[in-house]
Amino acid sequence: MENIQTAVVVNKKTNSLKSKSLWQHAIDQLLGDKWAVMSIVIVVLYTLMALLSVSGVIASNWSDEVAPSYQSPNADVWLGADIFGRSVLLKVIKGAEVAISIGLVTAVISAIIGVFLGALAGYFGGRVDEIIVWFYTTMSSIPNIMLLIAIAFALGKGLTAVYLALGLTSWVSLCRLIRGEVMRHKDREYVHAASAIGGGDFRKLFIHILPNVTHIVIINFSLQFQTAIKSEVILSYLGLGVQGRPSWGTMIDDAKLELARGVWWQLAAATGAMFIIVLALNILGDALRDALDPKLKGKS
Amino acid sequence: MIKAGAIPSLTISIPAFAISTILSVFFALLVAFYRGSKIDKIVVVFCVCMMSFPSLAYILFGQKILAYDMGLFEISGYESGFPNFIPYVLLPITIWILVSIGPDIRFYRTIMLDEVYQDYVRTARAKGLSESAILFKHVLKNAMIPIITFVVIQIPFLILGALLLESFFGIPGLGGITLAAINASDFPVIKAMTILTSVAYIVFSVLTDVLYTLVDPRVRLK
Repeated sequence: MENIQTAVVVNKKTNSLKSKSLWQHAIDQLLGDKWAVMSIVIVVLYTLMALLSVSGVIASNWSDEVAPSYQSPNADVWLGADIFGRSVLLKVIKGAEVAISIGLVTAVISAIIGVFLGALAGYFGGRVDEIIVWFYTTMSSIPNIMLLIAIAFALGKGLTAVYLALGLTSWVSLCRLIRGEVMRHKDREYVHAASAIGGGDFRKLFIHILPNVTHIVIINFSLQFQTAIKSEVILSYLGLGVQGRPSWGTMIDDAKLELARGVWWQLAAATGAMFIIVLALNILGDALRDALDPKLKGKS
Repeated sequence: MIKAGAIPSLTISIPAFAISTILSVFFALLVAFYRGSKIDKIVVVFCVCMMSFPSLAYILFGQKILAYDMGLFEISGYESGFPNFIPYVLLPITIWILVSIGPDIRFYRTIMLDEVYQDYVRTARAKGLSESAILFKHVLKNAMIPIITFVVIQIPFLILGALLLESFFGIPGLGGITLAAINASDFPVIKAMTILTSVAYIVFSVLTDVLYTLVDPRVRLK
């Protein structure tokens, strides 16, 4: 009996001694952080809300008139009504759809451009590097907001223009980071080993080096996501936002005329909804950085 | 036109930028001093919360609560001439500081914490220097390079002022001019503004390199 028990203990010990991968460590740390878990839950809830409203399960009747114009919040319309008597609550829920899609698509576009150009510049160096560095320095010397307006104007109004305008203006910082990191990695032993067994440039770059810089991409993704959601408000203010369906940006923008009449609920609802997801993404970004970038452990 | 627009822009952007930078560096030092304690955590949480509000919401709520309801500031508009403009720029400056202080404190805090764990800090402590002398004399000086990079590279964009703030508060600055030009497809003005900021960007990038040699004698210009 005792023997068996000790055997089990030893077994457990050997199990726990089995070395964990970096990712396993990171996931463990992330799940141990109650704030990070809470943020993940919030992000999942918002995504779920967006998916349900896309598929029409909830908030499909957002454009119905449910109350008089500018009805203040009461028991029937919890968050009040807008100028056309539409429920602000339903508009907020419907707006999650636009916000999540803008965050996701923008972050994907900027990650693809940033990683691709950054990796090429860092790996090949020389002329390729010069051209890419020249390109992103030029991009960053133009005020971001003007570039944003220019792209949005060129593409006309609508969701696609918003995706592209935000995506094409936000890849520079990621590109810089990736370039620096790839430069540090390309002379490491494992890359030499890869070329010794006959790996070509693209194999070395994309199969050997890139997995070692993925953590930067993941951290940047969550930060890009929230920046995009916030930038959508500015585009809406400039009149370049989403048309024909509710978004938090257009709701906040509408409020500039409503506030003087004492109509604060539409602004408060949209700002609140945006605040919660952006806060969650900020906390998640920090937690991801702590978990994935061991250099920064315990600092911030 | 650019000259006429630059002055109102600068009356907002320079004080706002200076105050928010000084405040954030000060708070960052303070937080680095109390690192790991309750104060540190509270400030960081506060910063993240500040960062999570969209900037337009700050402007709208600021105008509604501080100007309409409490009557502390002018609601909007601008008057030229030295003492006349002051009441009009106070609210935009306040909002600018509110918007930028969150991310700034966090950024400077990271820089300070990079320095606080270095060997020279341990040496200074071993010599028996007080914690405040270490922070203000040693850490701050060594953190100057990233601080200068971050500060100087923002200056060219100050010329444009804050587009949103200016157009919202009806201030006839460069930002407002640019937005109006964009809406009217007035390409010569747009071109002029783009070239102006780009040239300023190049000038200040060079200036950053020159300033490096001042704060860090190890850096030499070739």
